[in-house]
Amino acid sequence: MNPSPWKVFGALVRRDVHVVSRELPFFLLRTTLQPIMFTIVFGYLLPKMGFVQRGYTGALLPGVLGVSLAFASVQAVALPMVADFGWTKEIEDRLLAPVPTWVIALEKVLAGTVQGMIAALFVLPVARLIMGPIAGLDFAHFGLVIVMTLLGAFSFSAFGLLLGTGIKGEQIGLMFGLIVAPMIFFGCAYYPWKALAAAPVVQVLVLVNPLVYVSEGMRGVLTPGLPHMGLPVVAGALVLISAIFMVLGLRTFDKRAVS
Amino acid sequence: MPASVAPGNREILAIDGLDLEVPPGEFFGLLGPNGAGKTTTIGVLTTRVRPTSGSASVAGIDVSADPVSVKQRIGVVPQRPNPDRQLTAIQNLIFHAAYFGIPRATSTPRAQALLDQLGLGDRGESKVDQLSGGQQQRLMIARALIHEPEILFLDEPTVGLDPQARLSLWDVLRSLHDQGRTIIMTTHYMEEADQLCDRLAIVDHGKLLALDTPEGLRARAPGGTLIEVTMDGDAAPVLTALQGLPNLSRVSAKGKELQVYAERVAEAIPAVLRAAEQAGRAPTDIRIVPPSLETLFVSLTGRKLD
Repeated sequence: MNPSPWKVFGALVRRDVHVVSRELPFFLLRTTLQPIMFTIVFGYLLPKMGFVQRGYTGALLPGVLGVSLAFASVQAVALPMVADFGWTKEIEDRLLAPVPTWVIALEKVLAGTVQGMIAALFVLPVARLIMGPIAGLDFAHFGLVIVMTLLGAFSFSAFGLLLGTGIKGEQIGLMFGLIVAPMIFFGCAYYPWKALAAAPVVQVLVLVNPLVYVSEGMRGVLTPGLPHMGLPVVAGALVLISAIFMVLGLRTFDKRAVS
Repeated sequence: MPASVAPGNREILAIDGLDLEVPPGEFFGLLGPNGAGKTTTIGVLTTRVRPTSGSASVAGIDVSADPVSVKQRIGVVPQRPNPDRQLTAIQNLIFHAAYFGIPRATSTPRAQALLDQLGLGDRGESKVDQLSGGQQQRLMIARALIHEPEILFLDEPTVGLDPQARLSLWDVLRSLHDQGRTIIMTTHYMEEADQLCDRLAIVDHGKLLALDTPEGLRARAPGGTLIEVTMDGDAAPVLTALQGLPNLSRVSAKGKELQVYAERVAEAIPAVLRAAEQAGRAPTDIRIVPPSLETLFVSLTGRKLD
């Protein structure tokens, strides 16, 4: 009798909770330091020096949260995956479990989603503390905040699955340099998409960047009074992006798991 | 291409179209040099490599059609230990059991019993990185057994172990075999295969070359003792000079190496030395290998195991 996939799924979750909870402080430090430093410079120093208007923080905070959750989700899935398949082979004990391999991949993506959400939850009060009072910040739609965070974290965890199984270990530096860094700079994290109307070509080009929808989604739910993309568009785009990354990621995962 | 079929409750595996039967309870060895296709064969049977053609079955279940049910019935010890390094030794076992749906209340005492049995009784709380190579390999055996599989697969389990750790692993494998477990092991160590296995398949380049008990294979070793001679130059002229001499069952040359099989070594060596002199060569080294699996292997594959 084979055990039910959900029972095995539960065991995989317990393993990740056990391991990740011990590593959590290091994980948060690794994934949120960059957005927090950005917050210090652009959300505290520059407004204080008078180089940017005070109101900028309202556009910055949702973006910083978006970057935190996207960056944390990608890393939570991609880094262990590259190491596991590349040299430690640690994941092989789970590949021996009597479940289809997609169960193992899905568990990794969901664990990455939770870690991304934790990163955003950690950065929110820190950023608020650094920036001081933020004009337009509104927690009235907390349910929507959760849904948007979940969607954003899931899509980037799925992206992490694709990256982690699709690239070789020695290319990991390249991945951050060529994929993740441009994604952050052109992800509408540090400026709203609507404001890109000043550079129409860029405004169209950035639409291929999944981070745009996470940043804009966070704007839509956290600072609904400020300019942002429509939430249905954002949600639709994130669902589509998640589906694409998931299908491609499961395929590459399966190729690595069964050669 | 590895492929296999399984009628009834017989476990069968095959390489390059040739079927091998592995009855339950047998300790079966796949012996061959690196690159012979052993690991691929194990990979197919343990669902980690997709067969490109043909079919493979374990315990009567097709590995391509129902890999999940196959995984439920097998334990796998990999070539290199791949423990979950984030967990302690005993956690490795308890979590692995959980991946098979076994509750902690059942797996905890079982894990401790396995650690005791494998000489790791006091290392349960150790981090994996604190264990030696041999201890990690034994932990892998414990992990492969925690869900009580019908069939145990071991892929070169003693590579990289010191002689003492190797002997202690042999004892473990013998006792598992005595308990009636089906074991399929790959190795490129002749002695290991000879000592442990009920039956052996000698494979090279994905082809089955011989299949028998170690005794049966030894009896098939070609015409007596192997004399290996290294010359100070190309050995081919010596080979020509040796052709047609009596008492030599088989001669071959490759580069500076000359291989001669002879029934009576004391007569063969002077003949070889004379032939070398005629050919203008001098031997730099002579080795005498008595009939063994090793000489059989060399005669079948034309190369050594390592």
